Amino acid sequence: MADVMTAPAGAKASTGALMEISGLEAWYGESHVLHGVDIDIREGEVVTLLGRNGAGKTSTLRSVMGLVPRRSGSIKYEGKEFVNARPDVIARAGIAYCPEERGIFASLDVTENLLLPPMVRPGGLPLDEIYTLFPNLKERARSQGTKLSGGEQQMLAIARILRTGARFLLLDEPSEGLAPVIVQQIGRTIRELKKRGFTVLLVEQNFRFAQTVADRHYVMEHGRVVDMVANEDLNASLDRLHQYLGV
Amino acid sequence: MDEIFGIPAPLLFGQLLLGLINGAFYAMLSLGLAVIFGLLNIINFSHGAQFMMGAFVAWMLLHYLGIGYWWALILSPLLVGLTGVILERTMICRLYKLDHLYGLLLTFGISLIIEGIFRNQYGSSGMPYRIPTQLSGAWDLGFMFMPVYRGWVVVFALFTCITTWLVIEKTRLGAYLRAATENAPLVQAFGVNVPRMITLTYGAGVALAALAGVLAAPIYSVNPQMGTNLIIVVFAVVVIGGMGSILGSVLTGFGLGIVEGLTKVFYPEASATVIFIIMVIVLLARPAGLFGRA
Repeated sequence: MADVMTAPAGAKASTGALMEISGLEAWYGESHVLHGVDIDIREGEVVTLLGRNGAGKTSTLRSVMGLVPRRSGSIKYEGKEFVNARPDVIARAGIAYCPEERGIFASLDVTENLLLPPMVRPGGLPLDEIYTLFPNLKERARSQGTKLSGGEQQMLAIARILRTGARFLLLDEPSEGLAPVIVQQIGRTIRELKKRGFTVLLVEQNFRFAQTVADRHYVMEHGRVVDMVANEDLNASLDRLHQYLGV
Repeated sequence: MDEIFGIPAPLLFGQLLLGLINGAFYAMLSLGLAVIFGLLNIINFSHGAQFMMGAFVAWMLLHYLGIGYWWALILSPLLVGLTGVILERTMICRLYKLDHLYGLLLTFGISLIIEGIFRNQYGSSGMPYRIPTQLSGAWDLGFMFMPVYRGWVVVFALFTCITTWLVIEKTRLGAYLRAATENAPLVQAFGVNVPRMITLTYGAGVALAALAGVLAAPIYSVNPQMGTNLIIVVFAVVVIGGMGSILGSVLTGFGLGIVEGLTKVFYPEASATVIFIIMVIVLLARPAGLFGRA
């Protein structure tokens, strides 16, 4: 992608990572949920966070987005520090978030939901391309957002962050609770996004699904990253993963 | 046309008009309360004091600076809205994580302070505010005389309510507001400066109260208690309409004003309590209010 080539050389850290998370700790009130998370993501990669319930995957995404009240450590994006930034400032840097509960607004119709996130940078997908990727959203444009099926709501939740020009997507369990055919469609969408140069950090419980879309997998346990597996090594590491995930 | 249900027509229509005027104020005030409650989760008890400030600022502009009604209609809401912005930034913003009760207590205390200051400065007898010459006089409608200014109040209040509703339902800004009412952190995570939006929304709600105050200045005498008397009824209106419902608060405001006016004609003894009786019935049958989502 052209904007990748023209990115200033100094803007990236020495590791060449687009996002570098190191020693990230986070608290909800008194409860200490992240205990030093280290993750690097290069431009154009799709990286998953695997782990059991309560391992800290969602907390990691929410911390990156600035939604966990208290955070320390370091979250660098394009070389800039964001660990203590407000969510709207983080969003304006080009990071977009699709929450686990999808966050479709009941008082807005589908089109309003789709157009809600403001443009943060030039270069977002134009609306007609979004409708090509997600034809259902055009058919149901005037429906109340929460009247859509679970799969359609998930499509809408992803679609609305593609318009904004954000290049770094945080997707929290997009496959959760959806029928296999919809999960396949979400998988196709994520691969299509990768082709278009988006960088994706994906939380997944389902590593079979993760395997079909990701380049690398981080495994989390007790608020820490405990392992990293490249996608091509995944099958060789199945025993290890089974142990981590308890499946 | 001389008598309707045994009531002289001029009396009936006169009370209907009075009801409509009161309804216009109920609607404008409960609209501001609904907008503020929806986004801030604060029951703005100082709304009546801010209404009173709107009338007083109009009076002060005229008395001290010679600035008349039409400019006051713009300047007073802006100035009082600005005090709202300052109030939100310095005090109210600290309460969002706490129970509703804290916001109610804070704004109640603030309304006492504001009223106290004005009573200390201007006494409680009230100041007259002249109807602007362009709106003085009355129309002869055949069955009754209609003071021009009262007609203006109803039309202008309707216009303000409809405009506010259109902004909230049909614009991008309104979509941010509705979305932030549901899930403010997510809207902020999309890149919207939600804290600033909350501040401005509070300012706008307060400005609406002040605008109603300017409209009221030539009708009621401008005095420090004028808000207190009104706001208790407005809270009942909000409860009946459903907290947080924009359209509900407007319709309920006008509707209850008319009900109150009609009660004055048919059973005057109940006119002061009819709204509270309706409130009790609505609370028993539909606790979320007529237009509220349970």
